[in-house]
Amino acid sequence: MKTQLGMPAFPEAAGRSTRDLRLRANLRHATGLIRERRAAAVAELADWERLRAAAAAVKDRTLRHLDHYLLRLEERVTAAGGTVHWAADAEEANRIVTGLVRATGEREVVKVKSMATQEIGLNEALARAGIRAYETDLAELIVQLADDTPSHLLVPAVHRNRGEIRDIFRERMGHWGRPAPKGLGDRPAELAEAARLHLREKFLRAKVAVSGANFMVAETGTLVVVESEGNGRMCLTLPETLISVVGIEKTVPTWQDLEIYLQLLPRSSTAERMNPYTSLWTGTTEGDGPRHFHLVLLDNGRTDTLADQVGRQALRCIRCSACLNVCPVYERAGGHAYGSPYPGPIGAILTPQLRGLASPLEESLPFASTLCGACYEVCPVAIDIPEVLLHLRARVAEGGEATLRGTRTVIRPARRHTLERTVMDAAAWALDRPGVLRRGQRLAARTRRLHPRRLPGPGRAWTESRELPEVPPESFRDWWARTRGGGR
Amino acid sequence: MRVALFVTCVNDTLRPRTGRATVAVLERLGVTVDFPMGQSCCGQPFLSTGYRGRTGPLVRRYLEAFGGYQHIVTPSASCAAMVREQFPRLAGETAAGVASRTFELTEFLVDVLGVTDVGAYFPYPVAYHPTCHGLRVLGLGNRPRRLLECVKGLELRELAGAEECCGFGGTFSVKNPAVSAAMGADKARAVTAAGASAVCAVDNSCLLHIGGTLARQGSAVRPVHLAEILASTEGEVW
Repeated sequence: MKTQLGMPAFPEAAGRSTRDLRLRANLRHATGLIRERRAAAVAELADWERLRAAAAAVKDRTLRHLDHYLLRLEERVTAAGGTVHWAADAEEANRIVTGLVRATGEREVVKVKSMATQEIGLNEALARAGIRAYETDLAELIVQLADDTPSHLLVPAVHRNRGEIRDIFRERMGHWGRPAPKGLGDRPAELAEAARLHLREKFLRAKVAVSGANFMVAETGTLVVVESEGNGRMCLTLPETLISVVGIEKTVPTWQDLEIYLQLLPRSSTAERMNPYTSLWTGTTEGDGPRHFHLVLLDNGRTDTLADQVGRQALRCIRCSACLNVCPVYERAGGHAYGSPYPGPIGAILTPQLRGLASPLEESLPFASTLCGACYEVCPVAIDIPEVLLHLRARVAEGGEATLRGTRTVIRPARRHTLERTVMDAAAWALDRPGVLRRGQRLAARTRRLHPRRLPGPGRAWTESRELPEVPPESFRDWWARTRGGGR
Repeated sequence: MRVALFVTCVNDTLRPRTGRATVAVLERLGVTVDFPMGQSCCGQPFLSTGYRGRTGPLVRRYLEAFGGYQHIVTPSASCAAMVREQFPRLAGETAAGVASRTFELTEFLVDVLGVTDVGAYFPYPVAYHPTCHGLRVLGLGNRPRRLLECVKGLELRELAGAEECCGFGGTFSVKNPAVSAAMGADKARAVTAAGASAVCAVDNSCLLHIGGTLARQGSAVRPVHLAEILASTEGEVW
């Protein structure tokens, strides 16, 4: 996350990635494949729409009473032998985790793939404290070895093809531990074996693991990690100390509620009927698994988001990435253009809320969509992403009220939008005066032979790739008035 | 039956022939068409660019112009979606009635009039692009296709990736020109590959983008609004 600060606004970053033909091909291939598979997996369930409605309702109810459920969760985790820590923001969470690792005397940790720890930049914070964090999810390993950043929630290295991955393994594995086998090729089985050998060494040595969680069940204090490789389970079971950093919105009240999400998540994310490795643990158990368990409950903008009546639905997200896979803008722009660990449509509504409209990047994200609605259609928890985008666009363009670090704050209209605002005001004025509109149409019609084919200034954005529409000699209303005598 | 035509500002200014075609189809089916002169824009460009506050006068203008009609018909799925989905959110109860009486053209033909064969003749291969707001907000389903399948002489060509957005997105096309152009180029390529001589949709704003991209690529495929195809007869080809 640290490495992504100071990112350019979305249009510039996306403009660069649309010209990267290899990236475009990798993404088109990967998202196209998963899109079709997801649709088939979802079509198998006759009650999908009802599951989806239940999932949204349970999350909404839980979020409405989050204070209650979080306290119950803390009580149950503590009773089961765990320790709960509360972190208001990224800095506090990083400080807590760093302190916990230091207290063990260890200088390295193994990590389960986790969005929350990317959001807070934990690896970088640990590195500053002299602690090495090893990513063990295969794709996160690829990203870490290449000194890259993830570009997808679920498939962080989706922007890489296997030739690139082979090169990264060959060149970089040796710097982090066991080098890649000699003569490594690019067949998936060979690449997986190289990663297995490289990681096994770390699993067997590690004394501390850091994870996130997909869900936390309040009634028993149980945490749930859903993954496909089994590497996560290695981290969750082998080390002596386990530290889990989890966003407060991951809470579900009961096991019965959990059942809904365990049906929705695998079909939406990997198009699987059932998830391959589902690890659940409750505190600590004598003689089985880590002896010390710490849960760091992370706010980092979530309570602020919860205060927004329209925007709060983004907190229902279960990070399945169906919205990324179906998004035509994500497919062309790539994940890095979103300047956050949360790319794609969900990132476009989550990042500006968690961080606030902190820079031109966050201000540009709500506009990184055609409002085509494909994301809403596939979302398993029915987040109306287009509606939240419209809501956030209004906050950027017109300003308004928002909650920032617990305080109601007046947001001023974005400075960048001054020219646009003037144009919009003029257009709104003319459109509300049909006489003015009509005179404008006639002027455009009379001068139609003089219209240039390419426009300067902001209009260039249109004529760069498209012809301008030809203005007709007579508007519809003039035709109607001429042939039907003015109408009503 | 008497209906009010909401022609939309884009059609009024840039594609009046679509408005004339809509009138022709409706009158051929025995419908009396009124055109309330007080009408203007539905306000969508303002809402989708973040200027929610500027939509007020335009929403009120729409409610005044069309409040007295039982059926309001528009040849734009996007504008119909704005009225039906957003007006009640913007103006509350007062807008709900008029919003629910606003129909996109194919909805009106198939659901209200119960017609799929409108007596049209259009002897060309056509690719149909289902526009996003028609497909996913209004849920037009197969209504446009059913109408097209009844057009004499028309050969419907399959469009690869038909349900994917063309990349127009209103001001998205100028705020994110690179991505918009990349999406438009992919859509235009799919249209050309379909081997059609016309690409048809129920939204001229999307067609301006797709057509403008096709023209820049030097393609001979014409963008044609569905209403113009339905208005075509053996006596008068649009």
